[in-house]
Amino acid sequence: MVMVLGKPLPLLFGQLLLGLINGSFYAMLSMGLAIIFGLLRIINFAHGAMFMVGAFVTWGLLTYLGIGFWGAIICAPLPVGLLGMAAERFLIRPIYKLDILYGLLLTFGLAQVLQGLATNFFGVSGVSYDPPAAFARVVNLGFMYMPLYRGFVVFAAIIVCGGTWLIVEKTRLGALLRAATENPALVQAFGVNVPRLLALTFGGGVALAGLAGVLAAPLYAVNPGMGSDLIDTVFAVVVIGGMGSIGGAILTGFGLGIIEGFTDVFYPPGSAVVVFVVMAIVLLARPAGLFGKAA
Amino acid sequence: MLEISGLHAWYDESHVLHGMDFTVQEGEVVTLLGRNGAGKSTTLKSIMGLIPKRAGSIRFRGQELIAARPDRIGRQGIGFCPEERGIFASLSVQENLLLPPVVAPGGLTIAEIHALFPNLHERARSPGTKLSGGEQQMLAIARILRTGAKLLLLDEPTEGLAPVIVQQIGHMIEAIKRRGFTILLVEQNFRFVSKLADRHYLVEQGKIVDMIPAHALASRMDDLHNRLGV
Repeated sequence: MVMVLGKPLPLLFGQLLLGLINGSFYAMLSMGLAIIFGLLRIINFAHGAMFMVGAFVTWGLLTYLGIGFWGAIICAPLPVGLLGMAAERFLIRPIYKLDILYGLLLTFGLAQVLQGLATNFFGVSGVSYDPPAAFARVVNLGFMYMPLYRGFVVFAAIIVCGGTWLIVEKTRLGALLRAATENPALVQAFGVNVPRLLALTFGGGVALAGLAGVLAAPLYAVNPGMGSDLIDTVFAVVVIGGMGSIGGAILTGFGLGIIEGFTDVFYPPGSAVVVFVVMAIVLLARPAGLFGKAA
Repeated sequence: MLEISGLHAWYDESHVLHGMDFTVQEGEVVTLLGRNGAGKSTTLKSIMGLIPKRAGSIRFRGQELIAARPDRIGRQGIGFCPEERGIFASLSVQENLLLPPVVAPGGLTIAEIHALFPNLHERARSPGTKLSGGEQQMLAIARILRTGAKLLLLDEPTEGLAPVIVQQIGHMIEAIKRRGFTILLVEQNFRFVSKLADRHYLVEQGKIVDMIPAHALASRMDDLHNRLGV
């Protein structure tokens, strides 16, 4: 068997894939957080809960309406986005003028409420969801065996991240978003309904979390704590990438997923903390994050 | 076209405008002259709805705007060029130019704008804030010319610019005036506005204290120099 640095090559590829998958979720979630923080200056602690809601909606669509995975990819992010817009309109909007900590506390509370409700209805262990039939097999790539659905998740995440990046950087809507991030008052004076833009951005950002939840449903147990398990790492990703930098969030998300995966091979006890070690080092060297601009 | 009466405005607790009264007729170039802190910029921001606490009356084409949100005011056809120019660093020159939505027909086309400001065409892909100060000022004005807004509020367009650029901006303002735009101009540069404006309002401590038509300006020079401290 081929060995690299004393480890079998298939193991390394397996960990690379695992890292890419975790990185996919880090990237999709931290990208939404970065977009929301950039424009609304809200640190959305409810992002993980929205991810969890997306997974449960996916399960609910199948269980109650018979809508399968492909339908859920289209349908599930929508109610999550609407939930986000309602939260923005009635909970977050009244506190924009207050210190940033209030938004953090509010969304943290919202996350607790959503997680509590899910626990109440589905129990702590949650429910299970099967991958779509077309992807429920393992393919031999020559150098490793890959469950096809896992490959699909990485591919889908790259499409979602790339598409979002293109929208933000290359379209008129994106230009409005970037301009409103810099100077919302002036953009509003030009005749743009900025309050509506904020609501749509929050809705869009959490819809991305919902979409990540759809992709996660066949992969992880659909349970009330699935979001909170992930969100600590995702926040570390946002801090490392630089708050508000979308490209930074994407690259850092995938990068840290891979670092985590390889740490697990070479020093297993370190895999749980490596992201936070990287965060500490980055914060010492570049307080604004790898891709952030100094405030 | 624009009638301001009894306009008061506050920043937090400090009372900045104390009952401004003035009008701007269609097609006019009107200036607000006054020392630093007299309330000129605050007046423009109040018209745009950017000062949250304001009272009195702001009527534009007969519509009352005192309680309107900034985006509704912008949609009525008032274009705003702020003192700090407000060029967006994360947008290219072209994106900056195209950012303000078209609010009415009759704005300049992109071709006309590029003819008026060739530099903006050449540097369309550069980040907005990589332009020189003068070019940024041109961009800040150019982008409100294409929206169809007919009343332009320009806050100190010559501030910090070299004399040759100031002259260019003067020619540009003359050109857009000939195109029928109405302009309310805040300026410290007295020489600059003396050649451009139809009327001048003198602002002191948040109030209009005098109105000087262009033809009377020459006879009032000494008095104005004293009052403006220039």
